[in-house]
Amino acid sequence: MFQNFGEMLMLLWRTAWALPMTWRQRRKVFDQLFEIGNASLLMACLLSFFIGGVLALQTGPVLAERGLTNFIGQIVGLSMCRELAPAMMAMLIAGRIGSSMAAELGSMTVYQEIDALRTMNINPIQYLVLPRLVAISFALPVLVVFSILVGWLGGAVVSVSNYQIAISYEGYFNSLRDGIDLIDLVNGLFKSAAFAVVIGLVSCHQGLHTIGGPRGIGRSVTKAVANSIILILILDYFLTRLLMHLDR
Amino acid sequence: MNATAQQGVSLQARDVCKSYAGQLVLKGIDFQVERGEVFVLMGPSGSGKTVLLKHLIGLEVPDRGEILIEGQPIHSPGVVDRYRLAMVFQSGALLNSLSVADNVGLYLSEHRLHPPETIAQIVAEKLALVGLKGIENKLPSELSGGMKKRVSIARALVIEPQLILYDEPTSELDPLIAVTIGAEILRLNQRIHVTSIVVTHDRDLAFGIADRIALMHEGELIALGPPDQVKADPHPLVQRFLQADFRFNPESITP
Ligand SMILES: Nc1ncnc2c1ncn2[C@@H]1O[C@H](COP(=O)(O)OP(=O)(O)OP(=O)(O)O)[C@@H](O)[C@H]1O
Ligand SMILES: [Mg+2]
Repeated sequence: MFQNFGEMLMLLWRTAWALPMTWRQRRKVFDQLFEIGNASLLMACLLSFFIGGVLALQTGPVLAERGLTNFIGQIVGLSMCRELAPAMMAMLIAGRIGSSMAAELGSMTVYQEIDALRTMNINPIQYLVLPRLVAISFALPVLVVFSILVGWLGGAVVSVSNYQIAISYEGYFNSLRDGIDLIDLVNGLFKSAAFAVVIGLVSCHQGLHTIGGPRGIGRSVTKAVANSIILILILDYFLTRLLMHLDR
Repeated sequence: MNATAQQGVSLQARDVCKSYAGQLVLKGIDFQVERGEVFVLMGPSGSGKTVLLKHLIGLEVPDRGEILIEGQPIHSPGVVDRYRLAMVFQSGALLNSLSVADNVGLYLSEHRLHPPETIAQIVAEKLALVGLKGIENKLPSELSGGMKKRVSIARALVIEPQLILYDEPTSELDPLIAVTIGAEILRLNQRIHVTSIVVTHDRDLAFGIADRIALMHEGELIALGPPDQVKADPHPLVQRFLQADFRFNPESITP
């Protein structure tokens, strides 16, 4: 995995160079966006609702014992914003979209479609990697905002309906509003954008470096997802440290 | 894009060596192809023909030696971009996510060489040339092997290339279409003086269109020259390869 870092940085660099071509490739970017939305919205919704719910369920009774139920909105709100929505959505997208990117580019590599592009003087980075990376970097933060909102809602539903917690919607959302600043949202979005680049980069890199026929495609997909998730979790720690530092 | 003003390019391989995973596949290939020549490469399966073609168009980098296009190393920055090159892959290598029309017109649309209507017209014209009509909207997965090959040839023709490499253009094709393709290779060669390198197992095609023929065996060229000269080459492997037919024991082809 680590010998690939250099190659991935090269890929990032070359994609960054191709960024001015984004407008030309806008149709492919839209296609990708559509695919990402299509593949992940429903799942994101479900996942986020239950994450918010379980957060409230885990923390609610403990807070209630100590008479601190009016903090529950804040806890769910902050955790969703700063940590859970970015991390969980990134993993969802790594599994859903990263895998399909790796599979698609992998099969194009194995079946010589990439070679064919190169003989036609079409740069695979501009034609394939750029639209994917741009689309995912845009889609993931949007998905995270969506996930945060749904997660809050999940937390609210559980906080209100669970008999051990049993606070009002009003109480929950008041606490949430008091506890959360715009900076928390920005924090989460910043993280998710970084995760998106990681997923896109790892998946495209794995796809383009697929060797060994159809079997290699499967290997690339597995590696793309596993490596993305590992990198996301490691990066998450360091980004959190960095952002905490900046907050102060 | 001005097809009439165009010229083929010359190509030279100089001591090209390549090995994959310790297996030496190309063992010092040396030859030159002149502008506008039809150069046919034959040889047993696995002798390294496809690998050689990939080197000739710059897709692979040789371990040793070099490929010169118009006298300049093909891997020097900017050299390949200067010429229009095309390759018909053995497998067709069509983009599976694009329709036939988009595949054939890809070069023109990506490089913005014509407005969409003109591209559609050119695409239909080239498809008709390879005997395909009304399949513009199909996906490659809906085509037969021979149809894919022909679409791939059409895609190469659209480029109006200065150098075109065909990797077994007539395998998978019925004899009638094969003859048409052979004629088209020649016609293109005469019309725009494209340099053509054709890998084929089809001896009729080879001797029908070649200016020169090279015979490859286990990564080496064992014969090279005009068709008559190669036919008369006393090298036993050459004779065995050229004369193999069904009455022979097939094993005698690859000793
Ligand atoms: N990417 C690769 N990795 C490892 N070995 C390879 C690779 N490409 C080709 N080879 C090996 O190189 C040798 C020559 O292959 P090549 O495809 O050039 O044969 P060919 O002459 O085109 O045969 P055919 O007529 O069957 O198409 C084969 O032994 C093949 O196993
Ligand atoms: Mg071959």
